Amino acid sequence: MASTYTLISSQVLASSASSVTFSAIPATYTDLVLRCSIRDTNTGALIGSTTVTFNADTSAIYSVTKLIGNGSTASSSRQSGVASWSENYNGSNAGVTTNTFSSIEIYIPNYTSTTSKSFSQFAATENNAASSGTEIDAWAHLYRNTSAISSIEIAAYANFQTASSFYLYGISNA
Amino acid sequence: MTDTPQAVEVNCTTGEVTTRPLTADEIAAQAVAAQAAADQAAAQEAQEKAKADAKASAMAKLAALGLSADEVAALSA
Repeated sequence: MASTYTLISSQVLASSASSVTFSAIPATYTDLVLRCSIRDTNTGALIGSTTVTFNADTSAIYSVTKLIGNGSTASSSRQSGVASWSENYNGSNAGVTTNTFSSIEIYIPNYTSTTSKSFSQFAATENNAASSGTEIDAWAHLYRNTSAISSIEIAAYANFQTASSFYLYGISNA
Repeated sequence: MTDTPQAVEVNCTTGEVTTRPLTADEIAAQAVAAQAAADQAAAQEAQEKAKADAKASAMAKLAALGLSADEVAALSA
């Protein structure tokens, strides 16, 4: 049976870091999947925001459509022509239970195509506490660039806490 | 432990992991990006609150017009 889901690389932080970049991503797969379990060291807020970019490209050529639910309200928003995008995740405020991490998954089909890339993202922020700061997000993205995606940077609001983990997988058509 | 933020880069072809301190320019850029993200989150939160407040106000007005709780719930479903 063909192996269709291959771990390309991973990083589990032994000490805090402000960003993690996967570079020199091989162009030998069909799709990419990035899975992150993250928490920020920032103590000032319940939630931090990551910033994600491809190919170190901060041109205003990303579009995002977002659906958000937090248990009481649902909302949707869209931005077109932005230089990156951000995703909410757990901070280290006193209202956030110790060692609770947020989950993010980004699925990028046809990452080597020579046309614009559409891709999806799902994220869950849960702090196991009565305070606010929990939400689930679903995103539709467009990256208007014809180059293959060869690097992905995910940057912290302040610093990703120790034990935050990042896994990059390649998906192959069997 | 250092106070200077660290950037981690994983080369997926060679497996090499590089950790380096951010440059002053990168630290400044990170602060700008973090502020922009915070502003965006705050604007989004305010938008959601305004929407929720408007909905609650509309529901209260409907109830004041004499609609039953079930009728108001049916309209908001």
